[in-house]
Amino acid sequence: MTTSTMYNVERLLHTGPGGPTDPGLADHVARHGPVVIPSSDDPAWADVLRAEVAASGLAGRGGGGFPAAAKWDAVLRSHRRPVVVVNAMEGEPASAKDRALLAWSPHLVLDGAELVAALAGARSVVVCVADDRDDSARATQRAIVERQRAGSARELSVRRPPARYVTGEESALVSWLEREDARPVLRIDKSVPLQVGRRPVLLHNAETLAQVALIARHGAAWFRQLGAEDAPGSTLVTVSGAVRTPGVVEVELGTPVDEIVLRCGPTGPMAGYLVGGYGGAWLAPELAGTPLAPTPLARAGATLGVGIVVALPVTSCGIAETARITRWMAGESAGQCGPCVYGLPAIAGDLEDLAAGRADAGVLGRIDDRCRTVFGRGACRHPDGVARMVRSALSVFAADAAAHAAGRACPGRHQASVMSFPAAPALTGGES
Amino acid sequence: MSTRTPVRLRLRLRVDPVACDGYGFCAELLPERITLDEWGYPVIDGNPVGPELVELATRAAAECPRRAIHLERVAGDR
Ligand code: SF4
Ligand code: SF4
Repeated sequence: MTTSTMYNVERLLHTGPGGPTDPGLADHVARHGPVVIPSSDDPAWADVLRAEVAASGLAGRGGGGFPAAAKWDAVLRSHRRPVVVVNAMEGEPASAKDRALLAWSPHLVLDGAELVAALAGARSVVVCVADDRDDSARATQRAIVERQRAGSARELSVRRPPARYVTGEESALVSWLEREDARPVLRIDKSVPLQVGRRPVLLHNAETLAQVALIARHGAAWFRQLGAEDAPGSTLVTVSGAVRTPGVVEVELGTPVDEIVLRCGPTGPMAGYLVGGYGGAWLAPELAGTPLAPTPLARAGATLGVGIVVALPVTSCGIAETARITRWMAGESAGQCGPCVYGLPAIAGDLEDLAAGRADAGVLGRIDDRCRTVFGRGACRHPDGVARMVRSALSVFAADAAAHAAGRACPGRHQASVMSFPAAPALTGGES
Repeated sequence: MSTRTPVRLRLRLRVDPVACDGYGFCAELLPERITLDEWGYPVIDGNPVGPELVELATRAAAECPRRAIHLERVAGDR
């Protein structure tokens, strides 16, 4: 723990010499130390943990980035005991962090889930793992059995929702748990908690809970030793694309994007970086030094998302890659909202024509208009993410876009895609 | 009654994109606030609905065959 530097942060994952440790309970306790989880309601203990997590400034690691502790207020006001839902769906094809966490440190995630359950008076914890992630489900199940043998006071279970991009969206996931319908629901009033079996739901991303488990052990001040005032702590980032060792790395928040890529062995000069995910944004090479944290990324027109960096080599065509991503994302629409159902395929078609150099002169304006038109008009943020990603592509790859619009396709469009559709990158990453 | 300044309640239109089928009746009834996109789905002007439009907005909400138009009360002066 004391050897943490910007390049070798090992709070959540231990990938250093000797590789990852055994994910079993004994090794987990040996590595992180024990943690107190009251088996019945203990308001004084709950107040202390709540204050500590609030003081740590931990932001949710599932993409929304809201303060983790803020989620508890609405649920704690309810009279019914909540259900804790662990979101390990990881629908972003370029993300493998939840998978890495459950493979190497399932007990850290479950510690966090049980801590939050104890804090909120919940008796059950449901871990949601996509139905194509048998490895994660098995690792979680094994860890659950160990905890039950060790006398866990809570009911822990694994559920397997369908592996679709939008299933990880909070309302879609809860809707699936409630009625096996994994489609987002329009929420008019977001301060009213979602419910499963008439119980309020307390839902957190797997990494967020792992961070809670560390804060409960080491405290808010320790957590804040890394990162910035407004973006404290470490985070998991999945790096892929033109790098020799793609995979999940743990970094201090605020580490420049190009330094994160450097750690994974870039294969050459880059044309741009896709940051945040398929609903994130492209970053131009000149902005590759942008610190990976919400505020600086927002200034560069990007978002942290779920901690994804895809490095695009100069030999690839950014427009062609954007077209592929958009087509895939269009296919992942939950098919309920007109602007998403018709708008995303229309934008994908425009981009495909553009990349092939067969588009009409109005194509760039039309793509921009259509992106603005779909933004904010779905029940969930799926179209918003696509629109942001596409508009960033038109600005980062502006010269290519103009050339393609003038009928000149580039040879790069025939390069194999560096994106994953939808198989995730390998678990291990980083050069030690 | 309290002595605080009363919170001004305004009405705002909202469409439930899941329920909406894109028939476009709403845009015919309230073109001042609702236009249709190229696929025939309503684009709502998020500005508050002034008193002069309340009646039409209420009708647009009531006559949407999918009950997809909501008139929401929002606090504030915006
Ligand atoms: S916006 Fe798209 S993905 Fe989201 S609920 Fe509507 S159709 Fe589904
Ligand atoms: S009338 Fe209702 S269903 Fe028809 S377009 Fe308007 S909101 Fe959609």
